[in-house]
Amino acid sequence: MKQIKKIGFWLLVLFLLILICLPGIWIFVSAFRPNPEILAKPANWIPDRWTLHQFTQMFSINGYVSVPAFKYLMNSVIISSVSTVIAITIGMMGGYAFARFNFKGKNKIFLSLMLARAVPGISLSLPLFILFAKLGIINTSFGVILVYVAMNVPFTIWLTDGFFRQIPKEMSEVARTDGCTRFQAFWNVELPLAGPGIGAAAIFAFLLSWNEYALASIITRTVHSKTLPIGMMDYLDEFTINWAGMCAIAVVMIIPALILTFIVQKHLVSGLTFGGVKG
Amino acid sequence: MVRKIFRSPVMLIMPSILAIGFVIIIPLIFSFYTSFTSYKLTRPDSLFNFVGLRNYERLIDNAKFWYAFGRTILFLAVVLNLELLFGLGIALLINKITWGQRTLRTIMMFPMMFSPILVGFQWKYIFNDNIGLLNNFLYLFGYESAIPWLIDKYLAMGSIMVAEIWANTSIFAILLLAGLLGIPRDPIEAARVDGCNSWQVFKNITLPFLMPFVFIALTIRSLDVGRAYDIVHIMTGGGPAMRTELLWTMIARIGYKDANMGFANAMSYVSIILSIAFTYYFFTKLVAARRDLGQQ
Repeated sequence: MKQIKKIGFWLLVLFLLILICLPGIWIFVSAFRPNPEILAKPANWIPDRWTLHQFTQMFSINGYVSVPAFKYLMNSVIISSVSTVIAITIGMMGGYAFARFNFKGKNKIFLSLMLARAVPGISLSLPLFILFAKLGIINTSFGVILVYVAMNVPFTIWLTDGFFRQIPKEMSEVARTDGCTRFQAFWNVELPLAGPGIGAAAIFAFLLSWNEYALASIITRTVHSKTLPIGMMDYLDEFTINWAGMCAIAVVMIIPALILTFIVQKHLVSGLTFGGVKG
Repeated sequence: MVRKIFRSPVMLIMPSILAIGFVIIIPLIFSFYTSFTSYKLTRPDSLFNFVGLRNYERLIDNAKFWYAFGRTILFLAVVLNLELLFGLGIALLINKITWGQRTLRTIMMFPMMFSPILVGFQWKYIFNDNIGLLNNFLYLFGYESAIPWLIDKYLAMGSIMVAEIWANTSIFAILLLAGLLGIPRDPIEAARVDGCNSWQVFKNITLPFLMPFVFIALTIRSLDVGRAYDIVHIMTGGGPAMRTELLWTMIARIGYKDANMGFANAMSYVSIILSIAFTYYFFTKLVAARRDLGQQ
C-alpha cells in the first residue's frame, strides 16, 4: 500500500515536470527542424535532420536578411541593460531611504509607488504614444529606456527595501561612529552586504525590460528601436506564420533569460518574501 | 553632493518620483484630459474639442464594452484562483520531497522566464488546429478530426486561460514553497501529539502561517495582470468574433485601429482603476496578514 502511494506520488511529480517543460522543449526542437517536418503527423519529436537554417537566415550569414534579428537583439541588449542600470541605481537609493529613514507619509508614498506600477502597459501606451511623438522621442531607444526605468523603479524599491532591512542597523551606526559619513557607511558596509539581493533585483528588472511587449509595440516603430519581442511579430503575417522562424527567435530570446534566472534564483525568492513579510 | 543626498530621505526618493512622474503620472493626467475630448489620431485639432462626459456615456451604453469588462473579471477570477490552487498544490508536493528538491525548484521557475508574448506564441503553436502538438497527440489516439482550439468560441477562452495559468502558476508555487520551508516544526509536532490529523494541522497551522505569502504572491501577480494583453493579442487577437476580447485588447483596437483616442482613454481609465483596485486590495490584505503574524 505504501509502495503504491509512493509510486503514485512520483508519477504526479513526473507529470508536473512534463507539463512544465514540454512546451519549451517543443519550441526548442522546432527551431532546428527543416520546414516540412513542422507539418508532420504524428509529431516527430527528434528531427531527422537538424538544421541551423532559421538561425543563419536570421543573422544573415548568407547575406540575405528576412528578419533583421541581429539588430533587434542588439536593441534589446542595449535597452534592457541601460534601463536596468539606471533603474537599479535610483531604485536602490529609494529602497535605502524606505529601509533606513522615518519620514512623514512613508507608507503612503510606498503604496503609491507600487500602485503606479499597476497601471496596465496598454492603457499607458495611448498617452505615451502622443506625448513621445510631440517630444520627438518616439521610435528611439532613449524613449524606451525612459519608460522601462520608470516601470522598474517601484519593484526595485520593494526588493531593495527588504534587503537593506535584513542588515542590522548597528553595522552602519558603528561605521559612522568610527568617522564614516552616511554615504561611506552605505558604500563600504551596507552595499556589499546587500549585493546579492541587489543583483537579484537587477535581473528582475532586466527580465521585465527584456520581455515587455505592450508598450514597446506602440512606442517603437522601425528596426531603429524595435526589441526582440516586437521583432518576433515580423514572422506573423495576416494569414501565414513562419513557425520555424518564430521558434528560432524564441530560442534567442529565452536563452539569456534562462541563464540569468538560474544565477539569482535563490536570492530572488528570499528578496520577494522577506521584503514582503517583515516590511 | 553625494554626501548631501544621503543625508535626506527626500533627496534619495526624488529620482524615483521624478521618473515615475514623467512616464506614468503626466501621461495619465494627459489621458484623463483626452478622455473628455473627441480626440482622434487622424484629426489633431480634435484634441481641443471638449465633449464633457460623452465618452463615458458612450461607454455605459456600449454593450460590447460591458461584455469585455465582464469577460476580463471572469478571466481574472478563474485564472487567479486556479493559479493559487495549483501553486499551493505544487508547493505542498515539492515540500514533501527531500531528494532533488533544489533541482525541482529550479525547473519550476522555468515558465517565469518566458515573456508573455512568447507564452502566447508557444501555446498558439501547440493549440493550432492543423499542425499543433495537442491535435497531433490526439491523432495518435485515433482522434482524427482536428479540434479548432483557438477558433471555437468556447474553447478559445479556455485555451488562453491554460496559457495564462501555465505561465503564472510558478510564481505562486515558488513563493508558497518559501513560506512552507519557513514554518516552525514545533507547533506542527505539538498538534500531532495532541491528536490532530493532517487536514486539521494544515487548516489550523500551515494555512494561517502561509497567508502572508499568499498575499505577497497575489500582490506581485496583480501588478501585471495587464500583461495578459500580450497573450491574448498573439493567440487570438480578441477573436473569434470578439469572444476573447478583454478590456486591454479592446483598448488597443479602438485606440489604434479605429484611431479613436478619446474613447479609448475613457476605457483605459476603467482598466487602470480595475488594476489599481486589485493591487490595493491585496496590498492591504498583505499588511493585515503581516500584522496578525507579528502578534502571534
